[in-house]
Amino acid sequence: MYVAVKGGERAIDAAHDWLAEERRGDLSVAELSVAQIREQLSLAVNRVMAEGSLYDPDLAALAIKQARGDLIEAVFLIRAYRTTLPRFGPSRPVETEDMVCDRRVSATFKDAPGGQVLGPTFDYTHRLLDFKLAADGAVPEGDEERAEASAEAMPHIMDFLAREGLVQREEVSGQMPPDLTRTPLELPAERALRLQSLARGDEGFLLGLAYSTQRGYARSHAFVAELRVGKVAVEMDIPELGFAIEIGEVELTECETVNQFQGSKTEPPQFTRGYGLVFGMSERKAISMALVDRALRWKELGEDNVGAPAQDEEFVLYHADNIQASGFLEHIKLPHYVDFQSELELIRKLRREASEEEPPA
Amino acid sequence: MTEYTFAYLDEQTKRMIRRAILKGLAIPGYQVPFASREMPMPYGWGTGGVQVSAAVLVPCDVLKVIDQGADDTTNAVSIRRFFEKTAGVAVTQDTQAATVIQTRHRIPEAALREGQVLVYQVPIPEPLRFLEPSEVETRKMHSLEDYGLMHVKLYEDISRHGAIATAYAYPVKVEGRYVMDPSPIPKFDNPKLDMAAIQLFGAGREQRIYALPPYTKVVSLDFDDFPFEASKPDHPCGLCGAQDSYLDELIVDDDGTRMFMCSDTDFCAKRREGGS
Repeated sequence: MYVAVKGGERAIDAAHDWLAEERRGDLSVAELSVAQIREQLSLAVNRVMAEGSLYDPDLAALAIKQARGDLIEAVFLIRAYRTTLPRFGPSRPVETEDMVCDRRVSATFKDAPGGQVLGPTFDYTHRLLDFKLAADGAVPEGDEERAEASAEAMPHIMDFLAREGLVQREEVSGQMPPDLTRTPLELPAERALRLQSLARGDEGFLLGLAYSTQRGYARSHAFVAELRVGKVAVEMDIPELGFAIEIGEVELTECETVNQFQGSKTEPPQFTRGYGLVFGMSERKAISMALVDRALRWKELGEDNVGAPAQDEEFVLYHADNIQASGFLEHIKLPHYVDFQSELELIRKLRREASEEEPPA
Repeated sequence: MTEYTFAYLDEQTKRMIRRAILKGLAIPGYQVPFASREMPMPYGWGTGGVQVSAAVLVPCDVLKVIDQGADDTTNAVSIRRFFEKTAGVAVTQDTQAATVIQTRHRIPEAALREGQVLVYQVPIPEPLRFLEPSEVETRKMHSLEDYGLMHVKLYEDISRHGAIATAYAYPVKVEGRYVMDPSPIPKFDNPKLDMAAIQLFGAGREQRIYALPPYTKVVSLDFDDFPFEASKPDHPCGLCGAQDSYLDELIVDDDGTRMFMCSDTDFCAKRREGGS
């Protein structure tokens, strides 16, 4: 009779079998390989790497396959795997100045050393479904000038403004930033920690917050001074050697925004900055991150807290993580017989007492 | 990646968690921040409890896992399997035979003894959270022992409903100092918080661990003229006839007929085996 609480073990096994079957789908359709996902769904792979805080395109592709394309579930798989990995130590800060850019655009200067490089962007495509793609995925002939264009040095656009003294100077603390994944988050958080949290935060959440600042909830009128996408070398100091060696390279998207600033009680009028840096080609995320970063800097710039969500460090940092959020949200699927029972009993009691007190009208 | 460390977490992480547990035991009821890890089950599904269990388990332990008092609810099964797989420890459904019991939402009916460890899964460790959403503020309130807001809330309940309208996760005061959330156990279980076993509370998503050493004085908040009352459905168990155990309510037919049965399945089964 009380099937509800019995047979959990068998039900779980059966559910897992069914899940595996659903993942494979129709057997008459060829199975998707991890390499296909890595190569042909690379933006999904990028998002999983960014929010999973683990740069490994193969594992991310595997996670996407295993998660049936549910990217948050894939991020979760990567995060859980990441827990089992040892931390060897920090790398040297990557030099995005030396990035080999596939794409580099500035919305503030028509031209600058290094030029504007559109790269492989959806921008300016007409969003028309390409029915030809359903039949075959032939690629247009390659452009030979492509490789040359990106070989030129590309200094940061912000540095030109900084040289003129128009941009707020960033303090270089020289201190090792804390690792959000190894120490509990304590507030107030310094900027390095906030940026860490934003870099792995949910893209949709950051997009919504960033958008809210554009619509007037802590408006900071941002221009994209520069957006660059490309590969950078990762170097690590090896104590035994006494010097740094290159241990690999990662693809990054970096966004620097330049924001209007009228000056405050403590700061003169100048441009201010927001900063976004994300694994892989993840422009929407990088720009969102830069806008939210800027909004969170109200205190150090002596701005007013207008009570906007994007200005509230505790609100943003505690709710940006989609693994925390989805886990807690979905846990309400779990049995709550006991607490519900106690509520049920309380409400019956309160109703009984209320009806005893009030004579029927 | 076929082999994992004993109980999944690496030794450094377990050491970090053990430190937090020891600190928690030294300051009963105080929420110790710890660097919670991402576990292979979702946040909100017992990751805090799982990390605490992983840190206290040793190979000779006997583990029991319950959810809603029952050993065979799906998430209890899932967590028990996780430790069978990653720690290879013996498991049991027998409350007396277990050395470590991980629980969600219940304290077993049978009294626990010295040497046992009860690990709670905690969703929101902060008893003041729904009165004050900011963690910065609530930590300040705890450090100043400023619990006025909580008393006002309980008072308002009484003035509005004639009773304190909290049925589970009923706040307690520990050793006259910290106000603590006992996790969402029904208030029926609150008197059992005074016990011989060690009680550890793990909140993974919220990155907090707290603890009650054996025989710690735990008092449910109340007023002299509105004393705390541990209540339960006013029925006997439909299976074992127990009058003094916490009950689940089941809808057993299309007419909505109700049946009540013990939420603690081991307790109920033992009573039926014992022929009582």
